[in-house]
Amino acid sequence: MMASSYNAKEEDGHHSVSAASGPSAGPSAKSKKPDNTAFKQQRLPAWQPILTAGTVLPAFFIIGLIFIPIGIGLFVTSNNIREFEVDYTGVDASSPCFTCSQTYSWNSSIPCKCAVSFSLEQPFESNVFMYYGLSNFYQNHRRYVKSRDDSQLNGDKASLRNPSKECEPYRSHDNKPIAPCGAIANSLFNDTLELFYIDPNGTRTQIPLVKKGIAWWTDKHVKFRNPGGNNFNLTVVFQGTTKPVNWRKYVYELDTDPENNGFVNEDFIVWMRTAALPTFRKLYRIIQKKSNMTPTLPRGNYTLDVTYNYPVRSFEGRKRMILSTISWMGGKNPFLGIAYITVGSVCFFLGVVLLIIHHKYGNRNNSADIPN
Amino acid sequence: MTVPKDMAEKWLWMLVPWRGRRNPRNKNPGQEEERRVKASDRDYNEKFPYADNRIRTSKYNIFTFLPINLFEQFQRVANAYFLFLLILQLIPQISSLSWFTTIVPLVLVLTITAVKDATDDYFRHKSDQQVNSRQSQVLINGKLQNEKWMNVRVGDIIKLENNQFVAADLLLLSSSEPYGLCYVETAELDGETNLKVRQALTVTSELGMDMSKLADFDGEVVCEPPNNKLDRFVGTLYWKDSRYPLDNEKLLLRGCVLRNTEWCFGMVIFAGPQTKLMQNCGRTAFKRTSIERLMNTLVLWIFGFLLCMGIILAIGNSIWEEKVGKNFRDYLVWEDVLSNSVFSGFLTFWSYIIILNTVVPISLYVSVEVIRLGHSYFINWDRKMYYGQRDMPAEARTTTLNEELGQVEYIFSDKTGTLTQNIMVFNKCSINGKTYGDVYDEFGHKVEISEKTPCVDFSFNPLRDKKFHFYDHSLVEAIKLGDPMVEEFFRLLALCHTVMSEEKNEGELVYQAQSPDEGALVTAARNFGFVFRARTPETITLYEMGKHVTYQLLAILDFNNVRKRMSVIVRNPVGQIKLYSKGADTILFDRLDPTNDDLMYTTSEHLNEFAGEGLRTLALAYKDLDEEYFADWMKRLHIASTTLENREELLASLYEEIEQDMMLLGATAIEDKLQEGVAETIACLTLSSIKIWVLTGDKLETAMNIGYSCNMLRDDMNEVFIITGHTVLEVQQQLRRAKEQILGSGRETANCSKDAEKTEQYRNDSVFEETITSEYALIINGHSLAHALEADLECLLLDTACLCKTVVCCRVTPLQKAQVVELVKKYKRAVTLAIGDGANDVSMIKTAHIGVGISGQEGMQAVLASDYSFAQFRYLQRLLLVHGRWSYYRMCRFLCYFFYKNFAFTLVHFWFGFFCGFSAQTVYDQWFITLFNIVYTSLPVLAMGLFDQDVNEQNSLRQPKLYEPGQLNLLFNKRQFFMCTLQGIYTSCVLFFIPYGAFSNTVRDDGSHIADQQSFAVTIATSLIIVVSVQIGLDTNYWTAVNHFYIWGSLTVYFSILFAMHSDGIFRIFPSHFPFIGTARNSLTQTSVWLVILLTAVICVMPVVAIRFLRTDLYPTLSDKVRHMQQASRKQRPQEQNLKRVRRTSSRRSAYAFSHQEGYGELITSGKNMKAARLFPAPPTGRIPGSSSWIESLLKKRTEMASGAAVGPLNGSAERSKSENTPVQQQHID
Repeated sequence: MMASSYNAKEEDGHHSVSAASGPSAGPSAKSKKPDNTAFKQQRLPAWQPILTAGTVLPAFFIIGLIFIPIGIGLFVTSNNIREFEVDYTGVDASSPCFTCSQTYSWNSSIPCKCAVSFSLEQPFESNVFMYYGLSNFYQNHRRYVKSRDDSQLNGDKASLRNPSKECEPYRSHDNKPIAPCGAIANSLFNDTLELFYIDPNGTRTQIPLVKKGIAWWTDKHVKFRNPGGNNFNLTVVFQGTTKPVNWRKYVYELDTDPENNGFVNEDFIVWMRTAALPTFRKLYRIIQKKSNMTPTLPRGNYTLDVTYNYPVRSFEGRKRMILSTISWMGGKNPFLGIAYITVGSVCFFLGVVLLIIHHKYGNRNNSADIPN
Repeated sequence: MTVPKDMAEKWLWMLVPWRGRRNPRNKNPGQEEERRVKASDRDYNEKFPYADNRIRTSKYNIFTFLPINLFEQFQRVANAYFLFLLILQLIPQISSLSWFTTIVPLVLVLTITAVKDATDDYFRHKSDQQVNSRQSQVLINGKLQNEKWMNVRVGDIIKLENNQFVAADLLLLSSSEPYGLCYVETAELDGETNLKVRQALTVTSELGMDMSKLADFDGEVVCEPPNNKLDRFVGTLYWKDSRYPLDNEKLLLRGCVLRNTEWCFGMVIFAGPQTKLMQNCGRTAFKRTSIERLMNTLVLWIFGFLLCMGIILAIGNSIWEEKVGKNFRDYLVWEDVLSNSVFSGFLTFWSYIIILNTVVPISLYVSVEVIRLGHSYFINWDRKMYYGQRDMPAEARTTTLNEELGQVEYIFSDKTGTLTQNIMVFNKCSINGKTYGDVYDEFGHKVEISEKTPCVDFSFNPLRDKKFHFYDHSLVEAIKLGDPMVEEFFRLLALCHTVMSEEKNEGELVYQAQSPDEGALVTAARNFGFVFRARTPETITLYEMGKHVTYQLLAILDFNNVRKRMSVIVRNPVGQIKLYSKGADTILFDRLDPTNDDLMYTTSEHLNEFAGEGLRTLALAYKDLDEEYFADWMKRLHIASTTLENREELLASLYEEIEQDMMLLGATAIEDKLQEGVAETIACLTLSSIKIWVLTGDKLETAMNIGYSCNMLRDDMNEVFIITGHTVLEVQQQLRRAKEQILGSGRETANCSKDAEKTEQYRNDSVFEETITSEYALIINGHSLAHALEADLECLLLDTACLCKTVVCCRVTPLQKAQVVELVKKYKRAVTLAIGDGANDVSMIKTAHIGVGISGQEGMQAVLASDYSFAQFRYLQRLLLVHGRWSYYRMCRFLCYFFYKNFAFTLVHFWFGFFCGFSAQTVYDQWFITLFNIVYTSLPVLAMGLFDQDVNEQNSLRQPKLYEPGQLNLLFNKRQFFMCTLQGIYTSCVLFFIPYGAFSNTVRDDGSHIADQQSFAVTIATSLIIVVSVQIGLDTNYWTAVNHFYIWGSLTVYFSILFAMHSDGIFRIFPSHFPFIGTARNSLTQTSVWLVILLTAVICVMPVVAIRFLRTDLYPTLSDKVRHMQQASRKQRPQEQNLKRVRRTSSRRSAYAFSHQEGYGELITSGKNMKAARLFPAPPTGRIPGSSSWIESLLKKRTEMASGAAVGPLNGSAERSKSENTPVQQQHID
């Protein structure tokens, strides 16, 4: 990218010194004469790049020429991804979940259920990923983020009994330590979403949702561990602790599958990986592709059955259910493609402008007017 | 003389902390109103808070080091600030970062600084110790005892021996010489190498060396309090009910060296820090570079900026808590301490102060120190600043000033020993119309004299001075052939002088000449076979071509500044009476016999030639005298010399009468040997727009001579103004006239004002200054300078001086030197550099921004006070143009990059604040924040700061104009700072918003999420590291292997540490400290993450490249051009191109070689001293018998203070300047 050539700086003649050095500089006398090394004399060989027209302009063109195709590729890929989003917060009175959202509070014992219907215009091929999305939810707030105890979540028994102070005020309840402690765990998303396909003839078919494999392998296997190692009797393990204030169940009751229960429950793990931005989506379930013949989600009508547990109206949050396919670059994300195309074009354009400026006004013979 | 100190003693000194505390040296001497000192009465004297003779320049000892050093370090705003941050971080409600993010760098910084301070102080201890433990003999209880200098008290009587340094300011009591005389060399004090005489009171000189009498001496001295006036002392001695006035002539000052005096006794009046020498040294002010000052200002600005950001975010937090957070409390309850949103905002403010503290980079100061240290080592290591003859490498004695070397605008130089070697050499002569001294090759071309040119072999002469070199063989041949004119020429040189000779051993002659010029002439005669061997009041004995010849000395017609000549009248063995005269050509040529016209014409041609080469010339003439006439004249002279009225005038007219119709012999040319390469260096420095002022204690004529020979004064200058006024008014008039003449009458406003519009005015002024194409020079003597430096004239002086190309101040005291420097420092916002070699330069060296000491023969005082030292003036060129320029360049690039980097790094938090409820959540991992500045990004920029070169050293020297950006402060100023912070802000924006856009909806390619905080952090951190690495790559112009290693190494280290800290293993060990487990693996394996990083990097760097390219393409700086040229010519090996040799092409200028003011003929003829010399046979220590006489005369003459110092007429510009330099009476300073 830059004009360059290696330059071993010429061995400068030190005639002035050698003439003066005389006998004192002889090897026998302990002379204070500095060593003649390239380092000490600042003569280290060096590469000395300069920004010249010959290097800068091609660089701009090359960047332009590389970025535009990448951008187009990204954009096309992103456009080919199917994504469908349903807002089931129930803000409008017409919305099926309006009642639930109005009546609901953390303390109510009867779950409120509502069903949202929607239809897919186009079939979803390959695996479909089901996300829940929350808006205006500050999972990145400092006090929220730090309110957890990673030792406890990693199965440390001491921390289980005596969670970190960071968990305050969700550290203990009724003089019992909370497991898992802290605000993040306390606010675990606990809506249950179920998806039904409505046949054209009216039959509801429940679509199987896979709940394993939604968390990072490292989280599931390294970062999160139940206390007591392989002891699957979690009730015993969590003896003496209590559930987070907002929870209905104890942590060892999250799932019946011992591999997915307690701290290693994947829904819990996904929730515990806090989002960077206040609007986020988290993977909820995976709809596996059944066969090559039929699409995973065919075109048609669907119902989303929601067990409405999670209140968001107080902070004007929104809850969404998102169905999406993915590609090599992840989910639908037009931003990157557009950004690449833009930057590529700008670079190309800049290259042209610089070329013109250089030709018209540039000082191509820079060293001409140096006095010698 | 310095007693070799032993290690044990030194360590003892370091271990015993407050030994020196008994004396209240810290007491302000100004409080003392008068001083009473009783001889040999310690009990009495200790009642007063007088300082003892220990000097102390060190700051710490082993016990006080830690507390004092820490205290000092925390006085630095930055360190105190980080301590404050550390305390803040311990408050859990505020703490947004863990404590280690601050304490690790802080401890690192403190340790490095402490180690450096300790080393510095250790060397100060060593040098103090060396001085303090010099031995001196103190008279205690009637016996002489050896004491260390530091144990000498006020009132003690101490004995000094020949060639010893005077330990304190002493009242001279008695000496080995008659009349209580003693001789001192004051080079350490005022730089004058000639001997000065001091005389004891008659009553005390009678004490002799009788110990019992001396022990009984109980006189009490009442005198002025300690002050820094070297030439003034007022006191009274009360002894045996009598009062004796004391003045400066009875005082031996610390720093002087006793010469030609076997022993003397003195009573300590001022000791240690209160001696005049130490008082003159001035305070050791802490020197800071202008960049550092700017840096401190900028850091304050950044603090302000930080506070603004903190306030914005705190307000944001309050609003957020009010609008959003309040409703969000189901998930995020307020803690007990959080009572309302305003208080939350308040806490957030502090949290953000902690998070954003990295905009004020703590490692900045350490890195700056490291870079400076490196640059200092490069100076120490430079072989081209190593002087082989004395095995003397250059030394950077302070490590804090290097970049200032690249910004020097004014150089204040001492003359003697700095520009000149202080060696006078008989270089050429013209005898009877033929010049000698030049060497020609076989084709008749003049040969440049070098080390290799064969010398004339003087081995025929057993009494020759072996150090004398002469290259022209024809002169010796002429001597050997017995050319009578040549013989007469050298006979004259051997007879007509006031030199004293001493023969320690047979054939080993030592001449003691009051002026080095005379010494050179007599030495020349000696080598050419006319050896001046001995003199009595009536005779002069020569050893003429192997024969002893004794001349009868009949009269010495003395030198003075009006006569500008001296003559002797001798009777040679044959009985002829001859008058030999030497003097300024203009004077002598008027008194020649008319038959000499032809010879005068040729000689005058030769004189022009000599003067043109910058040699000091003298014309020589003789006259045969008629016996009768002489007898008559002698009689009249005798009468005249005994008259009381108009004696001077009568004598002058008699001299005038006899010095007529002389026969011209020829002329001599003496070279005041400049140090090697001085003229070239000055020419080169002048080309780099550095103004050089010469400040010398020497006489006007000498100073001007040197000015001419080193090309600072030239004949083609429009005007050389000479200011020699005696009153304020005169000085003012002369200065005004000079200024008006330069500016033309049109412009008369004084620009010198200290107020706010100063900068603006100066800008205009400097533009104006440049439009003055004609060259002027200003020469001002010390007396006028004293007036000119007064408050109401200093502006005028400065204005005038700055309009001139060359400024020479002569006859200046050490303090005046400092005042001149101070003046320039005060009104011109320019970096000043003072260079000198003697103790008289110390104050100037300390005052200037940068002090450079020439490690010459004249003691080490200047070197000890200096910031840089080397052996030869010419190395200054390299120090400034190569090392200084590079240092400045590197430091500027370093600072720009450093501020950029930290803004880019930190401000991401600011943008993130808007998306995380202003909660002071960090974007990055805490470990990343801790390590970013000290591990990931410090080394590449350090390598750049150490090794970068825009232009290589050859071109730095070849293109002195390259130095100018430093003087104009172009590479790092407030504007540059804004540019780089803007770039930093831009980068931080891109770093945050590109991932923000890309991450808002994205998921991994296996569907699981990646928009979590930790992945976000890793992505931004990686982008940041890559962007700043690319940026440092762009900034590095000189990629050595080290740069490659550091840049690639830093990237490698970043990724290694990243993966290590995100690995399973480390998480298993410290689960709560490394919560980022697996993030690197999960995010950096994603293509989309890398696409984001690539995009971010390109967007950050692209505009920078475009702007830089446009700038170098459209408006290339000289440095850019030279770099292009360098690259273009790299294929061809650049040929060594010497600077054009600067040679004066000058016309005639009369230069009078005597550098002394008065002749001593009278003394020699009186012969009083010589008897005395016989009484005390010369010890082998190098005492010159009879050398006292001329000094006595000097003493006498001095009181008369009436030596007319007509300024040597400058023939080049004489016509015009005649009106200016009206010959004014010049006085001695003292």
